[in-house]
Amino acid sequence: MNKLTGAQILLTMLKEEGVDTIFGYPGGVVLDIYDELARTDLRHILVRHEQGAVHAADGYARVTGKVGVCLVTSGPGATNTVTGIATAYMDSIPIVVITGQVPTRLIGNDAFQEVDIVGITRPCTKHNYLVKDVKDLAKTIKEAFHIARSGRPGPVLIDLPKDVSIAKTAFKLPDDVELRSYNPTYVPNRKQLQKVVELIQKAKQPILFTGGGVILSRAHKELAELAKKAHIPVTSTLMGLGGFPGTHPLWLGMPGMHGTYRANMSISECDLMIAVGVRFDDRVTGKTDEFATHAQIVQIDIDPTSIQKNVQVDVPIVGDCKISLEILNQMIDHADMGDMAAAHREWLEKIDNWKKTTKLAYDQKDVIKPQYVIEKLFELTKGEAIITTEVGQNQMWAAQYYHFTEPGRFVSSGGLGTMGFGLPAAVGAQVAAPDKLVVDIAGDGSIQMNIQEMATAVQYHLPVKIVILNNGFLGMVRQWQQLFYNRCYSSTKFVHAPDFVKLAEAYGAVGLRATKPEEVETVLKQGIACDNAVIMDFVVEPEECVYPMVPAGAPISKMLLV
Amino acid sequence: MPKKHILSILVDNEPGVLSRIAGLFSGRGYNIESLCVAETNEPQVSRLTMVTDGDTLILEQIKKQLNKLINVIKVSDLTDQDFVERELVLVKVTAKTENRAEILRIIDIFRGQVVDVGLEHYTLSITGDAEKITAILNLLKPFGIREIARTGCIAMFRETKHKS
Repeated sequence: MNKLTGAQILLTMLKEEGVDTIFGYPGGVVLDIYDELARTDLRHILVRHEQGAVHAADGYARVTGKVGVCLVTSGPGATNTVTGIATAYMDSIPIVVITGQVPTRLIGNDAFQEVDIVGITRPCTKHNYLVKDVKDLAKTIKEAFHIARSGRPGPVLIDLPKDVSIAKTAFKLPDDVELRSYNPTYVPNRKQLQKVVELIQKAKQPILFTGGGVILSRAHKELAELAKKAHIPVTSTLMGLGGFPGTHPLWLGMPGMHGTYRANMSISECDLMIAVGVRFDDRVTGKTDEFATHAQIVQIDIDPTSIQKNVQVDVPIVGDCKISLEILNQMIDHADMGDMAAAHREWLEKIDNWKKTTKLAYDQKDVIKPQYVIEKLFELTKGEAIITTEVGQNQMWAAQYYHFTEPGRFVSSGGLGTMGFGLPAAVGAQVAAPDKLVVDIAGDGSIQMNIQEMATAVQYHLPVKIVILNNGFLGMVRQWQQLFYNRCYSSTKFVHAPDFVKLAEAYGAVGLRATKPEEVETVLKQGIACDNAVIMDFVVEPEECVYPMVPAGAPISKMLLV
Repeated sequence: MPKKHILSILVDNEPGVLSRIAGLFSGRGYNIESLCVAETNEPQVSRLTMVTDGDTLILEQIKKQLNKLINVIKVSDLTDQDFVERELVLVKVTAKTENRAEILRIIDIFRGQVVDVGLEHYTLSITGDAEKITAILNLLKPFGIREIARTGCIAMFRETKHKS
């Protein structure tokens, strides 16, 4: 049998797992892997910071639904991935992170560039490995990919000591993974689903409340079928945007802290909530004691720990979102449901009325309003772009004013709320979808957190578009200071900022700027048409707030509207 | 109401597993009262017996979170079931001439053993459930307890005694 080195086994196994692209950054202990990499047809995207590599792999995974892969060196290379890994963990994104490690005989010796990355990432990975014997390597890689993509997906880290990547062993493709301690439940209990059918038959005011699980299992078609045939309106969390067409009449908008009035009111007044792939995050529920108090709650989730964690539910269902909705739809087809359109008419009228009286709105005079930029962007791209975001006001306005029609179009750090996510994620998204328009909606604060990835975008001819809503503030923190800290803007004003147009040019990209409302459309059109990476700097109203807003810990029916 | 629970957990016998479990508890603010772990008859599998407390909802979360760990094979909650439990304690107790006989009598009643003898001390070993251990420690206290080492509880379901 032919013998392979650890490095060769690693790359062979990556190809075996369907990997075509790696995001990474070389260093001492991964030199053997990089040397081998140069002789394969795997595409390597050299980022400018390891955090960027993980976010890019994450963006790639969110767009394709495949496992994103990154490769970094030991020590600082490994620690720089931690924020990216935690981001992917919170949003259940399948990625495999390969970190180099010092040779096994030096582990524990405080060797140069040594860090216990397995220990550090234990609480923020779905699972992780330190490979001590080259004979275990192939099996470990196969397991890592299996764990990353199955069940509730998540990041898996493999720490690979230098001597293991050099050592040779007879290579044989490992058998299929069988882990007796890990067997996610995909097919739900039919009896539980039958209860849901009965609840739908009785409900007068039902809603579907969906989340990232619908995106991850690509259950959007089944969800749309259920909503349309049972005439049930849909609200999706930030992570669930794109799971149901944002332009459909049954769409309620996003719920929660910056949710629409009708979404929050629908949750507060519904008598049946069918929650699919949501984990009842505090940003969505507000005060849990007053969340959906009139409703029977059904919760479908592949992860048993998500069920009953924050909110008591009446019908818990463990299963894959897509399979569960598929079966539910079949059951409804075979049940006597009566005229559901008539049964929910009054409810839908009530919602429509909420929609008419309290729309998302802003008032623009001579200064550009950030909402206007996103509305225009939506109009010009017809909702077809892949939108990544940073975190803060930019993210909330993107979620409110850009309407998503498909999964994998909205790429945003929901759980961890990682500033600096949007640009590297856009790089990954553009690699994944070279023919799509990819736009990072950013603030002037967060864009500076991973601005170095501009160089990556330019080097690989990735024409990502960056829309900076430049208000000179850390906008969301400033908003809280304005509303809850008596306008004491402690450390949220950027007294000095770079000239983003010149900065773009310095990176070899294109820089554009708009300072007046009438320039917005021209700049967007010019930026979109450009075949290079572009930074569009929109100088917007400095003290604009995101509304509606539910103060932290308040019930979601108590919204500040303006 | 928080209630004491004994969890019996089968895990892969691998480095880092204990740290994953301990990390789960510390990271989520759950409490570990005692923890006992060793290999089973299958060398790749260890049994971990843990005493923890919390109300029903928290216990439910703890069990689910434990099950979610890739290296955890099975979690059983022994509480409210028919089970046997044992704990081993080593006690170093001051044993002056006038007390030596009395201490030996107590140890005899509890079926304990003297495992080390010194001029002014006995080291005793006692096994039993938590109640028995507490009882003997209370009896030994007046003589002067110098040191205690307890294993923490280990436990197992009782087998059904009759064929059904």
